[in-house]
Amino acid sequence: MAESIAQDLKVIVFRLKDEEYGVPVQQVGSIERMQHITRVPNTPEFVKGVINLRGVVTPILDLRKRFGIENVDYTESTRIIIVYVDDIEVGLIVDAANDVIDIPTDAIEPAPEVVGTIDDDYIHGVAKLDKRLLVLLDLKNTLSHGEVKEIKTMEGSREQ
Amino acid sequence: MDMNQYIDVFIDESKENLQSMNDLLLELEKSPTDLDIVGEIFRAAHTLKGMSATMGFQDLANLTHKMENVLDGVRNQQIVVTSDILDVVFESVDDLEAMIQDIASGGNGKRDVSLVVHKLQDIEEGRYIANNSQNEVAAATQVHTKVENSFKRLDEFELSVLEESREQGYQNLYVYVQLRNDCLLKAARVYMVFDVLEQIGEIIKSNPSVEALEEEQFDYEFTVLLVTKETPEDVKQRILKVSEIDKVEVEIFNQDSFSKQKEEQFNPKEPSSSSGKDKESTEKSSTQKSQTTGKTIRVNIDRLDVLMNLFEELVIDRGRLEQISNELEHQGLHETVERMSRISGDLQSIILNMRMVPVDQVFNRFPRMVRQLAKDLHKQVNLEISGAETELDRTVIDEIGDPLVHLIRNALDHGIELPEERSRKGKLEEGMLSLRAYHSGNHVFIEIEDDGAGINREKVVQKAIHNGLVSKEQAQSLSDSQINELIMESGFSTAEKISDVSGRGVGLDVVKNTIESLGGSIFIESKLDKGSLFSIQLPLTLSIISVMLVEIQEEKFAIPLSSIIETAIVKKEEIMSAHHKKVIDFRGKVVPLVFLKDVFDIPTGDSEDSFFSIVIVRKGDKMAGLVVDSLIGQQEIVLKSLGNYLTNVFAISGATILGDGQVALIIDSNALIK
Repeated sequence: MAESIAQDLKVIVFRLKDEEYGVPVQQVGSIERMQHITRVPNTPEFVKGVINLRGVVTPILDLRKRFGIENVDYTESTRIIIVYVDDIEVGLIVDAANDVIDIPTDAIEPAPEVVGTIDDDYIHGVAKLDKRLLVLLDLKNTLSHGEVKEIKTMEGSREQ
Repeated sequence: MDMNQYIDVFIDESKENLQSMNDLLLELEKSPTDLDIVGEIFRAAHTLKGMSATMGFQDLANLTHKMENVLDGVRNQQIVVTSDILDVVFESVDDLEAMIQDIASGGNGKRDVSLVVHKLQDIEEGRYIANNSQNEVAAATQVHTKVENSFKRLDEFELSVLEESREQGYQNLYVYVQLRNDCLLKAARVYMVFDVLEQIGEIIKSNPSVEALEEEQFDYEFTVLLVTKETPEDVKQRILKVSEIDKVEVEIFNQDSFSKQKEEQFNPKEPSSSSGKDKESTEKSSTQKSQTTGKTIRVNIDRLDVLMNLFEELVIDRGRLEQISNELEHQGLHETVERMSRISGDLQSIILNMRMVPVDQVFNRFPRMVRQLAKDLHKQVNLEISGAETELDRTVIDEIGDPLVHLIRNALDHGIELPEERSRKGKLEEGMLSLRAYHSGNHVFIEIEDDGAGINREKVVQKAIHNGLVSKEQAQSLSDSQINELIMESGFSTAEKISDVSGRGVGLDVVKNTIESLGGSIFIESKLDKGSLFSIQLPLTLSIISVMLVEIQEEKFAIPLSSIIETAIVKKEEIMSAHHKKVIDFRGKVVPLVFLKDVFDIPTGDSEDSFFSIVIVRKGDKMAGLVVDSLIGQQEIVLKSLGNYLTNVFAISGATILGDGQVALIIDSNALIK
């Protein structure tokens, strides 16, 4: 991960509440409009369910829920960003996604001590561009915190 | 040269060759005098050697080469096949396998094989056998036999060319060239040698063949039959001008003695040499080629998955088209859509069939394993395999191997007794282990049966009480099949001591889990001192299953038909309460009800029907009634996983995409029955 910020970073920008976030474009498969989501019972609250993404059943996470931001109704601009992290493919529900920008390396600063309500783990860094402030997400931690970690360790302990 | 693009093919083919070597060696053990088998093994080994040398896996090639020498000795009846010798050969096959494995997992195939090489050397040099005289013969005629061995198979045309050229005053020379061991561009050196030779004469034949030489499929030496007017010494000097040449021997080739020697070969009593190294003849390599180029192609399973995914989308669109054409009532459209449905149905079965492979692919490693295990455990076992041609989905095949290995190890270790014990029990000293596969309905059954000790009920019960799985009181009332189920609980092992073979690592619970994750089930039948039968039931394919679609409020779920006994609609009044649990009386049996909307937290409306739709499912001999809102109907669905993120969701085993493009979850009813 550390190497990828050594050069200019191309990120997909999306909005959650009144903040802007960025994820590396390499990790993004596509951006989808909202569609019918099949609820999956007995999963963490932020797991909205699964969708049929061109034949592949893809889990969908609600990022607002994930980050503990209050709920809003989905609107016309609500999007699902399909991301790939390692062998995991998930969709993230965000308020809006409409920008792709290049971030020069020197604009990226390490995650500050406190940023909003979000746990530092998810944050890879913060980019300052003119007056815009972009929170760069560490997707691996966004996903692996909690549920995935839990499952992985369960499996791990069984193998031993 | 970049060999990476060939590595997959290399690994696949090497595995195939190793497998056939394993199989053939087992056959050879049964009929040690069958030289045809030896020839086959030799061919497999030779192919492997050639390929590994080409790919630059020198250790692999060297070991195979040593093995080949031994096989050659066997073929020439200098080495008598014994169990001990085969042990060493098997050992080297194991090493080869380990090397291939290493390469497959990204390694360089290096491995310390000096011990086994040493053993092979011993065998080759006759230290393993009593009859030394034959070896002396071989040693005495070392150079000469090289000629004989190299060109055992001159055809009539070649012989007549040699004959003719001699009559015209040419010399037929036998040229033996050895390259230096550190020679880097072997093919280039060969080319240079050939270039030199062609300036002064004509090359009649080479060993290995020219193609093999060009592809570097040889070690460091090759031989050539040359027709020339030059003297042997001149030829030798000319060749030595090429760099990186270690040794050159040139002698006059005497085809009279050759023809004579050829006749002698028909007499199998005649000892010939064991030193022949590259016994490659064009004849042989051509048969090899015809074996490998059948009318099949290798397709990466991922590509088939992609094809399958694309096809599923087509099926979904087909559903929509059917719907639209029904609504529009247009005759032409109607017919076209119908035709398209039929064709895509055929296509679907073809794609599914492409994923089917014979279970043989898993079974074929067992004879070898059983042989080794029986030896290690000092037991006598006769393994019978039937139904190896039974076809299963590729993904099932990949998964089923480990559980089967585990069960077979169990059967050998805990099941089949030592010979003395068996005769004391009045059984044959040789134990029977039978491995069967067969189709039945929409399922494939794989059964492992032994005539060993069986499951000791008392021991299992005691262990279960000790582990706190059941109480003493419960234990009294357990049926035999319930006892048998117990041994598949996690952490359950009745093995008194941990042996090399079993009693460590994974237990039967993992076997059970794997099989259930494949949508299968496992049953055990066992009689003390009579033996045990493990019967595994697997779905034909993982990708398409029959389900009952049900609806709960707005949500649709699929329940696999394989676990459904029947569906029922019961009146509210018929539901009884037993110990705070809702139950129904289903054909004289008390069946507990599972309210899916509670299990799945489905937001419910206010109204409650006076009738309940119930799907009766079973797990082993236990039953449960799943309460749903309505039954939609039976349907074939394409099974999909929930992805790597959502693993282990309670009571959900997967998902599918319905005709309207939405996802429906598949209920794992096994998880709902305690």
